[in-house]
Order: sequence, then structure tokens, then C-alpha cells
Amino acid sequence: MNGDSMVHVEQVTRHYGLVKAVDGVDLDVGRGEIFGLIGHNGAGKSTLFRLMLGLERPTTGRLAIDGVPVLGRGFRGVRRRMGYVPETVVLYENLTGLETLAFYARLKGAPAADGAAVLERVGLAHAGGRRVGEYSKGMRQRLGIAQALLGSPALLFLDEPTTGLDPEAIRAFYALLGDLKTSGATVVLSSHSLAEIQERVDRVAIMVSGRVRAAGTVAELRAAVALPVAFRLRTRPGAESAVQSALDGLPLDGVRLVDDALQFRCPRDRKMAALARLAACGDDVHDIEIREPSLEDVFFGVAE
Amino acid sequence: MELAQVLTIASKEARDRIRNRWVLVVSLVFTVLALVIAYFGSAQQGAVGFRSIEVTIASLVSLVIYLMPLIALMLGFDTIVGERERGSLSLLLSMPVTRAEVLVGKYLGLAAALTTSTLAGFGLVAVVLAPELDASGLLHYLAFIGSSVLFGLAFLSLAVLISAVARDRSRASGVAIGIWLFFVLVFDLAVLGILVATGGGVGGDLVPYALLLNPADVFRILNIVSLDEVRTLYGLATVFPEALASPGRLAIVMGGWIVIPLILASWRFRR
Repeated sequence: MNGDSMVHVEQVTRHYGLVKAVDGVDLDVGRGEIFGLIGHNGAGKSTLFRLMLGLERPTTGRLAIDGVPVLGRGFRGVRRRMGYVPETVVLYENLTGLETLAFYARLKGAPAADGAAVLERVGLAHAGGRRVGEYSKGMRQRLGIAQALLGSPALLFLDEPTTGLDPEAIRAFYALLGDLKTSGATVVLSSHSLAEIQERVDRVAIMVSGRVRAAGTVAELRAAVALPVAFRLRTRPGAESAVQSALDGLPLDGVRLVDDALQFRCPRDRKMAALARLAACGDDVHDIEIREPSLEDVFFGVAE
Repeated sequence: MELAQVLTIASKEARDRIRNRWVLVVSLVFTVLALVIAYFGSAQQGAVGFRSIEVTIASLVSLVIYLMPLIALMLGFDTIVGERERGSLSLLLSMPVTRAEVLVGKYLGLAAALTTSTLAGFGLVAVVLAPELDASGLLHYLAFIGSSVLFGLAFLSLAVLISAVARDRSRASGVAIGIWLFFVLVFDLAVLGILVATGGGVGGDLVPYALLLNPADVFRILNIVSLDEVRTLYGLATVFPEALASPGRLAIVMGGWIVIPLILASWRFRR
């Protein structure tokens, strides 16, 4: 085990009957790191979160937080220094915002005064005396984030924390994330959109069907995959085959005709060569669209 | 198990029931029932007014046998499964608490609410009746209150077991109704039926022990054995072995009905 890692996941699987929600995952999150877990709904992110939090036991494999086995001896102490925002935040409707935080603060052994402080931090100080039942979806989400901050945790698990937040609250949340990083906290954050979090995380892991397809910094992932460029051409009616033969010899991929448009993918280093050949076609080519695919397109196979 | 964590959860549960007026309403139900039975229980015989504490207790016991299990089951059947279904359980279990602490905390909180209601509801009546009672009558009435508390806690324990086992709230409510029907209506009929069908040939000696398998019967017997006057009203009391007819031993049996379902619930919840 890597002694420096805050979160250590080793060959972990979690099966529900025949469904492999998490299938042989290895992961290490370093101290003070902001780590992004990217995947579609059902990719296994939430199950992996539940395993790391000790809400479920793995079918096989080992997990440790701060060197302590999950659900093993000493894990209660680890949990006191941990915060969690579930995928769907559900709190007690009959309690007020402040009572909610007082309840969780007592369980975590956090100072009672923390409640008002974290409420202020998420911009809910004005609503502390109101019942959660009267809160809007965005306010509940913010209260959910507030409870995770109780006791100044060293490690936070945030499962799609920006769900239900308006753009301003999302900006405020990422400012908060920046503060957490400055304070040295480790954050594991999930999202279904790499685009949303790629500027804010140190490293990411991309999950597909319960497995980690790739992990590293965003720059590393970009370098590791040779991303092809997608072309879409409008040709003069009847000139499709002439244009196609002009491109002969280039290593194109996925050539096909969709809605009278000729589409194909081309390796990035041959892009200019393809453009030169198309320019030579003259009036046969009416229009060219070139699309730079994102990492998500590559990993989630939606580039087709 | 950390006591502080158990108490945090227990006090939240208890406070919830005080705040939504559950404790107040159930207290009032018990008070009104006890007063009506005490003063109008003999109306069918053409008399109105308080007659004797023994008869009052006997009537109250019959009523509490129906009502208390219903109230306790309604109070507790969704305590775990309800939180799971609504989605608040994950966050609670991510806190530095064990599942056993959550379960015991919830039980104690609900138990405090039920006990408060029972003590307040029937206790108020004790205050009203006190001028009409001698020391032994008062003692009997207090014993009735105490046994009612234990009886309620036993069914609350069963309710928490249901909430830990059931997959969803609707199933839990179905099982709770089934448990109520079984212990309150079916069980005694089945025991009687076996006795009558076999002409007493099968299990006659075992009947008193079979009755210990039903907390409702334990409650009934507990109140009969402490009342000499009532004892003669029930043929049952005459077949009941002296060894079991001790309030202390019966209270221990009731204690078993409180503790064992909780242990099973905790074991099930941890899996």
C-alpha cells in the first residue's frame, strides 16, 4: 500500500447478483489532492463512494482511508474527520437548518458553534431557523454541503455536489472547493461531466461499466489517447464518390454518408493533408465542418 | 457502543414525536379511555360511576391488549426502512456511528415517547382516582401502568425488528398488521382450537407455557395474577401453574420480548 495515499482502493469489486456495479477497481488518492471521478449514471461512481465510506462491504478487494481499513478498527475515528455529500441529499424535513447541523455536529463530535459557521459558508445563514421542509432543492443541496463541512474534515466525498444548484451557487461551490484545497483537505468529487470539473481537479479517473478506464491528470489523459478529428462535408450532389476517392490513401476511419453529408475521422497529424486534398476538389466540396472531440467522447464512445 | 451517539439519536427521535404531537395525542387517548372505563364501564349493568379498581383494571387490560400493540407497531414499523426509503439513512450511516448504535438509539427514543405517553395518560387517571382508592388498589393500578409500559415496549421492539427486516415501507406496514392480528386475535384462538379439537388430549399441560410465547397473554396474565378478585373471573387463572404465576418471572418473560427482537433487529441491520 502506498503510505502517502489518503484513499486506497485495491482490486475492489461489488456485485449485486449478476450485476457488477464495481468491477476490479484500483485507485489511490493522495493527501491534499482534489480527485475527480467521472462517469455516466450507472458507471459505478456512487457504489464506489459507498464502498469508500463503509456504507457497503466490497464483494472482494480491500479499501483503506488514511491507512485505516474501511469498517476496520479505528474507522470511527477516520469518519470523524470525513465529510460526505450523497448523490441525492435527503435531510429531515421537520428539523430546521440549524437543528439539522446541530444533530450531525453532535454525531461527528464537532463543536456546536460549527453549525452557524458552515451555514454562513454555503450562503444559508438567513435560512437557519427555517424548517428543511420549506427549503428549495438548491437550498437542500447547499445544506447537504454544509453538513459535510462540519468539524473541518480532512477528507471529503462529494457525489455530484453541484446537482440542483443554480449557476451562481455552482460558482460559489467551486470557490469553496478552492478554499478546501488551500486548507489542505483531500477531496474526492464525482461528476458525469469532465468538462465541468477538469479545471478544478488535480487528477481524474474515468469510470465506465464499473471499471476505471483511465486515470491521471487531464493532460496525461489527452497525451495518452491520440484523439482523431471528426470531419463533416457537404458536397455537390452526386460528387460524393469523387470526393471520397480524392481522399484515398489517408488513414481515415468511420467513413459514411449521413443526411447527404460525408463524415469521417482522421488522425490529428493528417488533418492538414486531408484539408489540402479537399481544397483541391474545388466546387465538389461546398462546406467543411471540423470537430475536436473531447476526452469524454473517446472514453464514453459517443464519438460515433 | 458509544453512549453519547446512542443518546444523540434517541433524543432526536423522541423530540420528533413530541414536536409532531404524537406524545400528546396518545397520552390523551389513554387518559380518555381510562376515565370512560372507570366511570362508565358498568353502564351496561345499569350503573354509572366508579365501582371498583379491580373491575376497571380488568376492562382496561382487555382494551390495552388491542390498542397498545397497534400504537407501538405504528410508532416503530418504519423507523429504519422509512429512512432507507426516503434516502436519509446513507448520510446517517456515514457518520461516526455503528449500525447497532443507530438501531438502539432509535429504539430508545421511540421507547421514551411511548413510555411518556403511557405514564402521562394512565398516570393522570391515577391522580383523579386516588381519593377513591386504598393503598392496595392504588398499587394494583400502578402495577397495571407498569405492565402496560413493558407491553408497549415489547411490541415496539417487534416493530423495530420489522423495520430492520422489511424491504420497503408498504411491506413493513403489511407485516405489522399481520403481527398484530396474529398476537392479538389468532394466537389465543389457535391455542384454544387445538385444546378443544383434541378434547384437551394434546398439549393441555403446555398451554400455560404456550401463552408465554405471546406478549399479549403475558400482559393479561401479569395483570390477573396481581388481582385476587379478578383471578376468579378467569378460568384460565386456575389452570396456571403457581411457578409461573409470579409477577417478577412474568416481567422477566416480557423483558425477553423486549430484548430478543431488538437483538435480532440489530443482527439483521448489520448484515
